[in-house]
Amino acid sequence: MRLTIKNPQDFWCGILFVALGALAVYLARDYEMGSALQMGPGYFPTWLGGILIGFGVLIGGLAFRIESESSEGLGLDTWAFRPWLVLTAALALFAVMMEANLGFVPSLLVLITGCALAHKDVHWRETILLAVCVTAGAVAIFSYGLDMPYPLFWWSK
Amino acid sequence: MEQLLQNLVLGFSVALTLQNLAYCFLGVFLGTMIGVLPGIGPLATMAMLLPLTYTLPPISALIMLAGIYYGSDYGGSTTAILVNLPGEGSSVVTLLDGHPMARQGRAGPALAMAAIGSFFAGCVGTLIIALVGPPLANVALKFGSPEYFSLMVMALVCASVVGTGSLLKSLAMVVVGLLLGIVGTDVTSGKARFTFGVPELNDGVGIAVVAMGVFGLTEIVKNLGSAQITPTILQGKITGLMPRWEDLKICFGPMLRGSSIGAVFGPLPGLGGTISAFTSYMAEKKLAKDPSRFGKGAIEGVAGPETANNACPQTTFVPMLTLGVPGSASMALMLGAMIIHGITPGPQVMTARPDLFWGLIASMWIGNLMLLMLNLPLIGIWVKLLQVPYRMLFPIIMTLMGIGIYSLNSSGTDVLLMAFFGFIGYVLVKLGCSFPPLILAMVLGPLLEENLRRSMLLSDGDPSVFFTRPISCGFMVATGLLLLLFAVPALRRKRSEVIKDD
Repeated sequence: MRLTIKNPQDFWCGILFVALGALAVYLARDYEMGSALQMGPGYFPTWLGGILIGFGVLIGGLAFRIESESSEGLGLDTWAFRPWLVLTAALALFAVMMEANLGFVPSLLVLITGCALAHKDVHWRETILLAVCVTAGAVAIFSYGLDMPYPLFWWSK
Repeated sequence: MEQLLQNLVLGFSVALTLQNLAYCFLGVFLGTMIGVLPGIGPLATMAMLLPLTYTLPPISALIMLAGIYYGSDYGGSTTAILVNLPGEGSSVVTLLDGHPMARQGRAGPALAMAAIGSFFAGCVGTLIIALVGPPLANVALKFGSPEYFSLMVMALVCASVVGTGSLLKSLAMVVVGLLLGIVGTDVTSGKARFTFGVPELNDGVGIAVVAMGVFGLTEIVKNLGSAQITPTILQGKITGLMPRWEDLKICFGPMLRGSSIGAVFGPLPGLGGTISAFTSYMAEKKLAKDPSRFGKGAIEGVAGPETANNACPQTTFVPMLTLGVPGSASMALMLGAMIIHGITPGPQVMTARPDLFWGLIASMWIGNLMLLMLNLPLIGIWVKLLQVPYRMLFPIIMTLMGIGIYSLNSSGTDVLLMAFFGFIGYVLVKLGCSFPPLILAMVLGPLLEENLRRSMLLSDGDPSVFFTRPISCGFMVATGLLLLLFAVPALRRKRSEVIKDD
């Protein structure tokens, strides 16, 4: 009997859950297990990790038997790679800039410009206008209206 | 009866203070505003606005959050009627007849009927909470740890069973959520678990961080990735807002039936607005003299489901407030907010903080009244908002998300975490997983572990305790039956056919 993956979506989902479960069990090995009567900090996470591995195996295993109901599958061409990566990066950059005390204004400008780059067609003039307006609005609302104590620029204290 | 009256008077005296009225208004207004935006459902709206409530006093925070919840729900219906674009879940039903009505130039009555239906449901819902709450809390006071454990297991299974997508994946997502709930310092042993040495994680992962990641960021990525739908926004002015007298007369029955359906489905864990709205729609279609009118702009097809859908949010508060066990992801967010404000959820809330309990209930009625009065005059603004192109809208939403999360602890780590959850969230969406079970499980995780631990102490480590105590056994049997019912694939297929049929 040849095994073929009939439902790649479920198959990879199963793999992911097995991996997450294994990670949980692995991390929990440092925590004291205890017994059912005296549950240690490791008891609950270890069990959950085990259960998750079980679900993962079941989901992944069924992928060999049951056709996918949706025809969509897991085609990588349906992934929105650009917004997915760009938006995550823009937020991460915002976080790092705020953390580095570079100031509210530059961080927001970067975040908004970054967001605009996530869209298929970038209108530069519109983007810059939007970034300036939204930043000004945010500063007015959050810094002056709500008195949030974040420095506006890296030189302001 | 006298007790009930006294309680309601207490509630209104709390809810009617100027401050609480203002926060209620703010919640309803902001909730509707964000909820109107296509593709942003009540959960995403709540997650986005949750940080705003953190600095308020507990009662005002909860009142505002509740306002955001039913405001965004109503906002979704507005979008469904005006734009042929279903927002989330339940507004799909409103769309069926609401949009045809709008096409026929009857957008005004459709929107008004939705608002009147919401208010009607709000009144019924408030009464039901006031009536059912106290006796239920009394029963719940007798619950021990095993009962709580079983109840939570039932809530989690219910949420997975009725959710969209595969049952197995939803159950797995519950487990992932429980694991996420573990992150942080263990209350009993003081041991830091799953923190990867990051000190910010010692207090656990914030519910707002995860919710904003998977409902906010992931949702935006999904919207940007999907083929651009050009929404058919209604052109021209909306006139004749008020429904005719005969419209009201036709709709009285559907509203009455709708609120009963919603009130029954609301408190059941996992069942929500969508299912009640569908049930109501099908009921009205069956009862109608001329069913062929449905789908072509029958006003009953708006009033019934909309009422059912809005009776739900009210009554979903019942298990959350009286038992301390939320039945849906939105209620999990409410519960999370309560915990943040130092209120231990559970049946004791009603006796220990009657001002909070009854104030919240009274505020829901007031909030619904505000919705009714607010939304009709403000419809012009919502239409304008819908005309803003998405490519200008989402950077603003992202900005609000970024600032909101950063302001929680003035910490960039939280923002990084949100970005991470949004990133992973998109992968999970692509793998066909849904998030409401995860959020619910994340909030319930610590409670579940604590009650398991106590139950085990109680029973000398014998797991049969969950089946030997009658109430707990009842919950467990119900859970088993549900799983059995939905694990049979044939049955499951039939269910989706039934829904598709309509």
